[in-house]
Formats: sequence, C-alpha cells, structure tokens
Amino acid sequence: METPQLLVHDKKDSVGVVVVEGLKAGTDMLCVVTADNSSFKLKSRMDVPIGHKVALVDIKKGDTIWKYGQDIGIAKAKIRKGEHLHVHNVKTKRW
Amino acid sequence: MARKNQKTKRKAEAKQSMAVVQAKKNGQSPSFWGWRRENDRVGVRNHVVILPLDDLSNAACEAVANNIKGTLALPHAYGRLQFGEDLELLFRTLIGTGANPNVAAVVVIGIEDQWTKRVVDGIKKTGKPVVGFGIEGNGDLMTIAKASRAAKDFLQWASELHREQCDLSELWVSTKCGESDTTTGLASCPSVGNMYDKLIPLGIYGVFGETSEITGGEHLAKARAANKRVGEKWMKVWQAYENEVIQAHKTNDLSDSQPTKGNIAGGLTTIEEKALGNLEKIGRECKYIDVLAPAETPRNGPGLYYMDTSSAAAECVTLMAAAGYAVHTFPTGQGNVIGNPIVPVIKITGNPRTVRTMSEHVDVDVSGILRRDMTIPQAGDALIEMIVRTANGRLTAAEALGHREYVMTKLYRSA
Repeated sequence: METPQLLVHDKKDSVGVVVVEGLKAGTDMLCVVTADNSSFKLKSRMDVPIGHKVALVDIKKGDTIWKYGQDIGIAKAKIRKGEHLHVHNVKTKRW
Repeated sequence: MARKNQKTKRKAEAKQSMAVVQAKKNGQSPSFWGWRRENDRVGVRNHVVILPLDDLSNAACEAVANNIKGTLALPHAYGRLQFGEDLELLFRTLIGTGANPNVAAVVVIGIEDQWTKRVVDGIKKTGKPVVGFGIEGNGDLMTIAKASRAAKDFLQWASELHREQCDLSELWVSTKCGESDTTTGLASCPSVGNMYDKLIPLGIYGVFGETSEITGGEHLAKARAANKRVGEKWMKVWQAYENEVIQAHKTNDLSDSQPTKGNIAGGLTTIEEKALGNLEKIGRECKYIDVLAPAETPRNGPGLYYMDTSSAAAECVTLMAAAGYAVHTFPTGQGNVIGNPIVPVIKITGNPRTVRTMSEHVDVDVSGILRRDMTIPQAGDALIEMIVRTANGRLTAAEALGHREYVMTKLYRSA
C-alpha cells in the first residue's frame, strides 16, 4: 500500500492527523480512514508538522470538531478544508 | 465446510497473540521465566531493596546500597508528619513496593522504630526476608553498619535463587502513557490495547489509570466497566477529582497544564482529544472488573483493573508497582524517558521522529502503523514478544539508561 500522509480515525471525523515529517503546503495528500481502510485525496493548504491536524471539511466558528467519532472541542474561528487545526483555532468545551 | 472451519479458526487465531498460537501448536502453554516468591506471586527481577521510611533516612539507605553492591536504595521525598489517607497511601506505597514480586528481600531504614516496624510488618506478610532499623539512638553510622550486614546476607541469599518456568497468566502487566501526541492514539496506545485484548483472556492481571487524563472520555471509560456497579464506582472516583481538584483549581484547559506543552507540540489540542487517545490502551474488548485506590492490590482475581492514579508518569508507575504489577507497558509519542527502580518499563512509540531522534529510549517501534505497513494486531504481537523477553531478563531501555524514578503521590497538604 502507498504510504499515506494523513490518517483519519473514523468516517464521522472532521479532522485527520499528518503522519509524515515535513509536509508542505499544496501536497495532494493520500488520506486513509483507519476504521475501514477507505482512502481519499485532500490538498494541504499549509505546511503542517507531523502529528498535527488538518481540517477535512470547511468548519465554521462554533462548530464541533470530531475525531475518533467523538466530540474533541469547538472551533474558535473559521477553518477551511485543508488548513492546520490546533490550539490557535480550536479549544476544549470543558472550561 | 472445511473451508468455513478453517476461516473460523483463522479468525479466532487473529484475536490471539502469535506467541500464544505458536506455543499451543507446539503443545505448550505460553510461558516466561520468573522468580516464584514465598506467597506464590512471580517476579521478573530479583532486587534487594534498601527502603527508606522517610526523607531523613535516604542518606543511610544510599550509604548501605553503596556498601553492598547490587542492592538498590529507593530514596523519596516524604514520610514525615503526614496523616489520614495521605499517610495511609504512603504506607501502602512503601509496603507494596517491598511486597512486589520483583523484590527478593528488603532492608527498611526509618528515623524512628515504630513506623519503620509498620512497614517491615506489612512486607513480612509476603513471607519474604525483611528487616528494619531505626536511626534515633544509633546515629547514621551504626545504622548503616548494621543494615549493611543484613543487606549483604539478603543479597547473597537472593543471588542463589533461580528462575523457573511460569505460565504467562501469572504475569501482571500495567500501563500508562506519557508525553502523548496524536501518534499515541493512532499507534502505540492501540498496540497496548491489542496486547490486553489478547492476554487478559489468558488470565493475566492488567491495570490502567490516570484519572485526570480521562476527562473528556469519561462516558467511554464508564461504559467499559464490567457491570453497572463498577461503572458507578469509577464515575464516583472521576467526579471526586473533577469537583475537588479540577473545578477548585482550574484556570483554562486544566490550568495551562493539560494537554502538556509536549502534548501540544505533538499536535494534541484538547483534553478530550488526549483522553480518547489514552483510552485506546484498553483495547476493544476488555472490561475492567474493579476500581482500585492508589497503590491498592487487586483482590478480585485476574482481569483488567482501573486504578485511581495521578497522571504524572513516575507517580503512576510507582503506584502500579506498589499494587504488585511486575512489568509496565508505556506508550509515548514525543519521548517520555521514565523508568522505575523495581519494574521494567517497556517504551512503545509510533512516532517516526521520536524513533529517529530518541532511539535509545524505544523498546518497541510501531511507527509502521502510520505507514500502513504494520497492523495493530501485528504491533500487539510485537509488544507481547517484548513483554516475554523483558520478563525473561532482557533489560529495557529505561533500565539500561538508569531510569529509576520512584515518586510518592501526595494527596493533600498533610504534615
């Protein structure tokens, strides 16, 4: 199997994880959903470090972020598909 | 029909470890070589420990360990003026450490005789050799001389004990992850989960904990209890931490502490995301059968347990070792370097950068999962193989590098 650049836990997720070092903006990423081994392509809009997340869909401010098929927090700003998603634009709903 | 049977058999085998399947094919049950102790528990190391009751006794213990080569002093920071559950936890941790089957014999040194005797008496219940010395009225030098003679006798006695072949079901395996990142949830934690899914049905004891770090995944943790009563017991423990600690002291996102700076650098954004990755360690099928207090020995037979622990690595591993666990599995993403003085800590990572930059700390490399050239069941098998090799005597990276973090959990401002 070709080496993926992005892994997604669950079909329901709105984010995936970069699993290669030195990912550059504009990369046409091979994305694999680990739950069922399905795959799709997604263009990265930014340089994103290994382990960091990329939005799989356009996300509005206030939207819930899904990973593992679960709620992991809320968008603090608009996040476009293919953009880096982290502490600058997502936070916990807990406090 | 034959084909169908074969398919069913293959499916059943996929749920088992390759080591187990292979052993059964050879007509054997899977095993390891360990030291059977007086109370029938099996250890995988043969330490003679010089155990201080309190901070004041560290110097004498270290002097004894320096005199008698091959013994192990366990200095720590507490033991004076504590009271209530905080004091009980100190005793449980000290006695549990001495009682752990990886320990052959113990010399206890305390500033005074009475609490020293309480630790000695607690360890003595296992039947292993243990003796205590009080410093007051003797001074450090006399105490060190007497304790060194006892330590020498214990060490020479322990050096003649032999390993024997033991069934894999006699192994107690704990887990806790550290310096997590998004790769731990994808690779190293599910590898541990797969190991538990395969070994818990064989009859081993397992344990996971980290009460604060399950925040965000508490609904999932509760659902993994073996029954409603255990689930309610778990929820009570988590809710107490939420009310008494988090809500009482929080600022934002667990006071700029959770996720840690290392977690955030590794790509983890929220405590919920961290919790979901953490819970991958209990696999797909295991259910925990009881909820343990910190350092409490499980008493409901083989199976997976939850322990109410600190989420700090050294505190957590110390508590699990004190409960009697003999091997620890430690998934890490960014490269936590922790070890424990009496329990081998096996490091598993799926982060290829950590494998490249910190290889001396890695025992099991599961980064192939991210490249999709290793499956999680294969990673689980690789971990089981490393657990058996470690139990048989292979030193872990943390042991080779001298990581001996022994850290007491302090519950509140007693003393």
